[in-house]
Amino acid sequence: MSNPMENVREEIIRRSGVDPKKCMRCGKCSGTCPAYDEMEYHPHQFVYMVESGDIEPLMKSESVYRCLTCFACVERCPRGVEPAKLIEAVRLEVIRASGANHMTPDHVPALLDDEIPQQALVSAFRKYTK
Amino acid sequence: MKLSYFPGCTLKNKAADLDRYARLCAEALGVTLEEIEEWQCCGGVFTTSTDEVATKLASVRALADAKKQGRPLVSVCSACHNVIKQTNHAMQTNAEFADKVNRYMAPESYDGSAEVVHYLEMLRDIVGLDKLAAAVKNPLKGKKIAAYYGCLLLRPGSVMAMDDPENPRIMEDIITAIGAEPVIYPYRNECCGGYVVMESPELAGKMSKKVTQSAHEKGADLIVTACPLCRYNLVKNGSDTPVVYFTELLAQALGLKEGEDE
Repeated sequence: MSNPMENVREEIIRRSGVDPKKCMRCGKCSGTCPAYDEMEYHPHQFVYMVESGDIEPLMKSESVYRCLTCFACVERCPRGVEPAKLIEAVRLEVIRASGANHMTPDHVPALLDDEIPQQALVSAFRKYTK
Repeated sequence: MKLSYFPGCTLKNKAADLDRYARLCAEALGVTLEEIEEWQCCGGVFTTSTDEVATKLASVRALADAKKQGRPLVSVCSACHNVIKQTNHAMQTNAEFADKVNRYMAPESYDGSAEVVHYLEMLRDIVGLDKLAAAVKNPLKGKKIAAYYGCLLLRPGSVMAMDDPENPRIMEDIITAIGAEPVIYPYRNECCGGYVVMESPELAGKMSKKVTQSAHEKGADLIVTACPLCRYNLVKNGSDTPVVYFTELLAQALGLKEGEDE
């Protein structure tokens, strides 16, 4: 229990409000995920890797930034596991570290065009920055 | 009738038409949308993490204001509605979260009892579809309209509780009420790519294309949405079908947008 990742695991589970043990591994979350092709680790893998404490690969993966929080996995999980909340908790574990913001204001000018809504900017900052 | 109104950042800027026609149409239907004082941006997305408090305070303040006025809180933007409704749900169901929030709110406090209403729900439940149909001056006969819900209006279904999240009909019923023909297509409640356009325009492009192709294949003349970011993503990625805000369509049907087309 002195494994530091054990604390991280507990914290992620607590913060997300998700109980990964409820998962019956049907894969429906990943089957319905619109970002599936862009993710190295898929929603069902987040669930079982957090459960087993194999969290470092998830934290190092770009997959945490590909989740759209569209809640398709949350809505369609037959066991009410809510994988998107777990992915969010892992992402926060990464970006809450000092200097770990995934997006900074310096990135923004290159991403703008005349039509892009404010909503895109504030949402991306909320998801990628602390 | 007066209702409290939370416009949100984008409706004051890039999506001014969504705001303008929402107010005009509401007035024509006997509802005044009174903008709440000193509202702050909702943040665009609800952070699901239970230990995030400060990012949800803007929504709580808006809710507390509406509650004080004794009115439901209406928003038009799908993102604002989603964030405010999920925040209100957290205030109702998570005592620890509510306690932390109220330490920021002191000496005032908020108990989660304001009613959160999306403009579409206002049309259906407060105005009523019969009254809406009776107010139509320019029935959009023969026009085939695809309603695009995306993700934020419907999910999570247990919290948003607007409609069946997998087979919604609220926008289709409104389209029928204003004399047009709704088009049902498979991708109407799938995500457009959302804010990930900032991170991966390719992903947003692929997802938006699926939505617009799906509507096009089912014969839609027009796609309507309530979300500025959905509209941006669909238009940006070359929709074959024009994409407008549903309030623009409503204004056209109510005779409030004549002479402005094209």
